[in-house]
Amino acid sequence: MEPYRKHESIAALMNRSNVDTDQIIPKQFLKRVERSGFGAHLFHDWRFNDDGSDNPEFELNKPVFKGAKILVVGDNFGCGSSREHAPWAIADYGFNTIISTSYADIFYNNCFKNGILPIKVNDRQLTALMAEISANEGVQFVVDLENQQVITPAGNGFSFDIDPFRKGNLLSGLDDIGLTLKHVDKISAYEERHKKTFPWLWA
Amino acid sequence: MKKTMYEKIWDSHLVVEVDGQAPLIYVDRHLMHEVTSPQAFEGLRLANRKVRNPHSILATMDHCVPTKDRHLPIPDPIARKQVEVMAENCAENGLNLYDMKNPNNGVIHVVVPEHGFVHPGMVVVCGDSHTATHGAFGALAFGIGTSEVEHVMATQTLPQQKSKTMLVQVNGKLSKYSSAKDIALAIIGKIGTAGGTGHVIEYAGEAIKLLSMEGRMTLCNMAIEAGARAGLVAPDEKTYEYLKGKEFAPKGNQWDQALAYWQSLPSDEGAVFDTIITLDAADIAPQVSWGTSPEQVIGVDGCVPAPESFDNEGKRKACESALAYMGLTANTKMTDIPVDLVFIGSCTNGRIEDFRIAAEVTKGTKVAKGVKAIAVPGSYHVKHQAEDEGLDKIFIEAGWEWRDPGCSMCLAMNGDELTKGQRSASTSNRNFEGRQGKGGRTHLVSPAMAAAAAAAGHFVDIRNFG
Ligand code: SF4
Repeated sequence: MEPYRKHESIAALMNRSNVDTDQIIPKQFLKRVERSGFGAHLFHDWRFNDDGSDNPEFELNKPVFKGAKILVVGDNFGCGSSREHAPWAIADYGFNTIISTSYADIFYNNCFKNGILPIKVNDRQLTALMAEISANEGVQFVVDLENQQVITPAGNGFSFDIDPFRKGNLLSGLDDIGLTLKHVDKISAYEERHKKTFPWLWA
Repeated sequence: MKKTMYEKIWDSHLVVEVDGQAPLIYVDRHLMHEVTSPQAFEGLRLANRKVRNPHSILATMDHCVPTKDRHLPIPDPIARKQVEVMAENCAENGLNLYDMKNPNNGVIHVVVPEHGFVHPGMVVVCGDSHTATHGAFGALAFGIGTSEVEHVMATQTLPQQKSKTMLVQVNGKLSKYSSAKDIALAIIGKIGTAGGTGHVIEYAGEAIKLLSMEGRMTLCNMAIEAGARAGLVAPDEKTYEYLKGKEFAPKGNQWDQALAYWQSLPSDEGAVFDTIITLDAADIAPQVSWGTSPEQVIGVDGCVPAPESFDNEGKRKACESALAYMGLTANTKMTDIPVDLVFIGSCTNGRIEDFRIAAEVTKGTKVAKGVKAIAVPGSYHVKHQAEDEGLDKIFIEAGWEWRDPGCSMCLAMNGDELTKGQRSASTSNRNFEGRQGKGGRTHLVSPAMAAAAAAAGHFVDIRNFG
């Protein structure tokens, strides 16, 4: 995983709530057996017309949002299925930061495993950020994970909370499995106890 | 200290807590299907890691398998590849796989209980959000992403944050023809799709006690649609009865040992929950969803709501766009909405009990003109049992298609799908835009309601049907 670095980038706006994983990556694209290449299908059904051309009505197709790394979006983002194809598609498309008031649990976890920082803000902050982007499309925000700060030109910046462990992993780009395997002795010891307490599970 | 069932399971599965890190939780059972696992196996291979405990894994093929003409190769080459890759991965790692041709094949969350693979008190994961189903046994069962699938294969553990607890207390008895599905939908209608976020729900109360194991599975299955991490029902005599004698259930002395443990699991009297929700079962009418989120649901005796009827701006907007997508007008009676296709199946409502009740409603009827109705058993075992009971004949005589098992129209990955503008009555769990085919319009209902809609050609209040 790429370490997450402080960056300044265009913030794209999707003023929609309850965006579910079927919208993020429709199921017809779930059949691939690789991890890459899902970005081309991100928000497919909204993004493209029936004939495959770009739908000019769709927010992210606005030329000013091209190259955005930050996605500002309404409540309860990523609800629905556990498919990790959703964050794969988001990351592959080029986003590394999402700002919303709330996320579905599984989606939220999956973001961190794919180098995406999902930032939680309150309603007031979100409304202000959305207004700032609407008033000045193409505006760039600074995201500084180290100091847990977002800075915006119109002064709607804020500091955000994040679990220190997850923050550390994002900053170092560390692999979770490797980290867990440092505790392999503890896992083995647990298994020995587990075999004694729940022998029927090992029969 | 008095503990909830969730806390008991959590405590007994805590492997290690390190300052500043998420605690590591031990995983007893790991379920798999073809869609969310290939990249995890790829990751293991690239890192030169092995599956730590192959016997904790049970795998099936369900999402993209055809539900008819199974003897032919899968026409979609990408789906075919996915199924082949699954078979190779399982063979290479020595995993128990019920492939498409296996008599045990079916939808993962239907198959696993049939073999007694999940017991009370376990921690169970699967790269699939409807893993919550297994909470019906008093197991902590939840969906994970593909990176976590890889993590569990390599380490048999998962870093997890402890959830909050929510008690959903359903008092009293259901009226005739309201079912577990209606309870599930009514709860989501009440608390919303984000109502359970961050929580594990425990369902309790007389109406839950009275549900069969199948009904409890239906209920817990949809805990995820209420935003919860998992759903739980305390194990009781019905649970033990269901498990006894199954292939992976404990045997002999070990049964007694296991039973004693299981009986210690229910939440202690007076244990504290973070949130408590109460419903009265008698108030729960058969439900029909009208929108594109499971929380957009109403009793069948109601009308499509108007955007103005919501006091919250977000919900008003959501209602507007749902009505536009669904092609519905506010204040239309639910029973005046026609259907084009009826689907009975999925891990929510693809079990024997579901086909029994649907057959009871279907018996002596004909599928309405212009309606297509398909019955897709959740597994070959369900299919064969239904056939032994003669249920298939009832469906076929009424004009239904009787299929082989699979996820089928629950998520429409296998070619069974709605075309643009088509409207379904579906016993599955999600009515998201495009879930059953691009532009398709899904109404979630119980099996009895689906069967009645097939016969009438529109939704009907099952309480006045026949
Ligand atoms: S039946 Fe539907 S919800 Fe269940 S596992 Fe299959 S696709 Fe998922």
